[in-house]
Amino acid sequence: MNKNRGLIDFLFRISGIAAALLFTSLVLLVARANPLEAFANIFMGVVSTPIKIADTIVAWVPLILTTCGLVIAFTAGLMNIGIEGQIMLGAIMTTGALRLLQDSGLPPAVIILAGFLAGVAGGVIWALLVGALKFYGGVSEIFAGLGLNFIATALSLWLIFGPWKRAGVASMSGTAPFDAALWLPMFQGFRLSPWSLSLAIISIVVVFILMKFTVVGLRLKAVGKNTRAAIQMGISPSKYMLLSFILCGVFAGLTGAVQVLGVYHRLIPSISSGYGFLGLLVAMLVDYQIIWAVPVALLFAALNIGGIQLPIMMKLDSTLSGVMQSSLVFFFLIMGGVRKKLQRKEEKPSNE
Amino acid sequence: MSIRKFFKVVLPLMVFALLLAACAPAAAAAEPAPAEEAAAEPAAEEAAPAEEAAAPEEFTFGILMVGVYNNKGWDQAHYDAGLYVEEQIPGTKMIYIDKVNSSDRPGTTAAQLAEELVAQGAKLVIFNSDDMKDSAIEFAAAHPEIYVIFSTGDTQWAEGANYQEFANMQNPMGRMEYGKMIAGCAAALTSETGKIGYLGPLINDETRRLTSAAYLGAKYCWEKYAAKDPADLTFEVNWIGFWFNIPGFTSDPSQVTDDFFNSGYDVVISGIDTTEALVEAKKFADGGQNVFAIPYDYMGACEQAPEVCLGVPYFNWGPAYKAAIQQAIDGSWTNGWSWNGPDWSDINNLDTSAVGFVKGDALSADNAAKLDEFIAELAGGLNLWTGPLNLQDGSAYLADGEVASDYQVWYLPQLLEGMKGLSSAAE
Repeated sequence: MNKNRGLIDFLFRISGIAAALLFTSLVLLVARANPLEAFANIFMGVVSTPIKIADTIVAWVPLILTTCGLVIAFTAGLMNIGIEGQIMLGAIMTTGALRLLQDSGLPPAVIILAGFLAGVAGGVIWALLVGALKFYGGVSEIFAGLGLNFIATALSLWLIFGPWKRAGVASMSGTAPFDAALWLPMFQGFRLSPWSLSLAIISIVVVFILMKFTVVGLRLKAVGKNTRAAIQMGISPSKYMLLSFILCGVFAGLTGAVQVLGVYHRLIPSISSGYGFLGLLVAMLVDYQIIWAVPVALLFAALNIGGIQLPIMMKLDSTLSGVMQSSLVFFFLIMGGVRKKLQRKEEKPSNE
Repeated sequence: MSIRKFFKVVLPLMVFALLLAACAPAAAAAEPAPAEEAAAEPAAEEAAPAEEAAAPEEFTFGILMVGVYNNKGWDQAHYDAGLYVEEQIPGTKMIYIDKVNSSDRPGTTAAQLAEELVAQGAKLVIFNSDDMKDSAIEFAAAHPEIYVIFSTGDTQWAEGANYQEFANMQNPMGRMEYGKMIAGCAAALTSETGKIGYLGPLINDETRRLTSAAYLGAKYCWEKYAAKDPADLTFEVNWIGFWFNIPGFTSDPSQVTDDFFNSGYDVVISGIDTTEALVEAKKFADGGQNVFAIPYDYMGACEQAPEVCLGVPYFNWGPAYKAAIQQAIDGSWTNGWSWNGPDWSDINNLDTSAVGFVKGDALSADNAAKLDEFIAELAGGLNLWTGPLNLQDGSAYLADGEVASDYQVWYLPQLLEGMKGLSSAAE
């Protein structure tokens, strides 16, 4: 029975994707558009030029960073919805550090590094707040996270309209851009920075090793799978859950820092670009396995970037790529559920 | 589980899905026609000029719009200007991306989207919002071979405060101050409570001067044509924070308008890119209140609720875009800044006037006549930017008899004395 299991799992995954494609095609047909043309446009919008490929990677970097954090949180059984706010706090702290140091005469590299560290601190603080509310306030991390997301938005708006506003301006357009010396250096002619790309790759490796080969990873899994059993094994669930919040906060903070230093070069109200929520979808799809997150996040980033073609080429709303992303997750989870149910049914009689 | 079982379960699902998909095309077999037509059209367009002897060279221009292209406001005015250019200059073709702002298109920048337009063949790109200033500059610097129109900006104004020379950039702007003065006048003539609300977008040089212009027009007509005591006129601006509503990020313009109407204001002048003020005014009017609104930006904005619309000051970008694109085609392009006024012989001449005002159904005949008188006064040289005028904090702006320069108007540092509302962001 087991020899086919891998193949069957794979077939279920594929069928989830196929169902999502069919569903999206239906939506397109309802919108009176040719699905094949739309898919072709999205695809060409990603691969037709080196710049577009690079832009896709620019979107992939923050998405994979977020997913790195979420995989850890999910493994410990935590739905860290507050990741959006954690990204925002990371971005806010990075901006704060840059504002503080930009006229200090320090070398740009030092200031950028300080920006990253401040971003990490911001993400961790905001994640720890969720953790504290969960363990000391008895508030579910879902509600705590949602609430803190709102506070993070309000905080960034206040800063943009208030203390960090451009002279004489009150607009949610964002703060004044930083001097180009404080931008992450980019590949010539592209918006992609080798530094943020390296950061993403290192993060994947670190999370992979952490989850696969370390005691900490094993214990996080134990806590996530069965809290009571973990306690009996002498593992403190709250300790490891807090740890996973911290680690998730680190990656969220890095995401925020990359958005400020490498993408927007300033603070804008929607600095998280929704990567937190998108990362949640990716993390749900990959079932705790960071390796799978690499292609899945790439697919989602590609849909974001390729989707831009829809309004230009076909006068379609580009939120259609959001429909594709969501339906992918939806059908994937449904297929996963069907598979588990079938397997359980099958295993039961054989156990008797 | 065996593979057979897998197929047993999944295949019916797939077949069902396929059936659904197959049914849709049955309907769609007729339906996709528009899509195919749309795909076929450009090809036909390309083919047709080629057959003519003196085929005009094709020139594609792109527009980046901050909001939705058919929003009956700012963006539609730009979209229509693009259509105007297509019609006026044979061989030109418009492509566009709308909703170019970081909330609607997360993870992208206007400079990046401008490159998408270039990839589709655009040789000239219009950035239609001050929100895209950083991107417009970044793009113009990185693509010297592409012509850039950054509307509303001042970067190519040699005497301006933010001059940064880019040979490939032009900054057109309409003298909407006149349109706003006319709007303010219509509001003052109609208001019974003497309380006029201004639904403001974000605060910057442009919005300060436009709001102040509306106030100047209102004050002038309140005293001169309505013969009322200036002390009885209240003019208050309430800013939402951006050019249109972005839920969760800006104040809700509908709510802000409602607050005005609920506290005795009977005319709301809109300064934002969308038509919430008008829509809310209609709701209140349907509820029996005597309230009115003046939308903004787009000639046809009143259509949404003509019965409460006093009129609309609008931009007519067509002539400016036509001139710039013609220069790009001829090779006579020079960078520069232009602040284009109304054609006083007919402010609604779409071939010549950069700004105009369409009177609304709700404006009484009597007031319409007075408004025409006011417009004639402006055409005759009446300049409301004449001292003595003080800034909101009481400091002097213009001495007695002093006429403001373009510089002084463009960079108005505060609202004017007598206006309520914030001149700058709250500290």
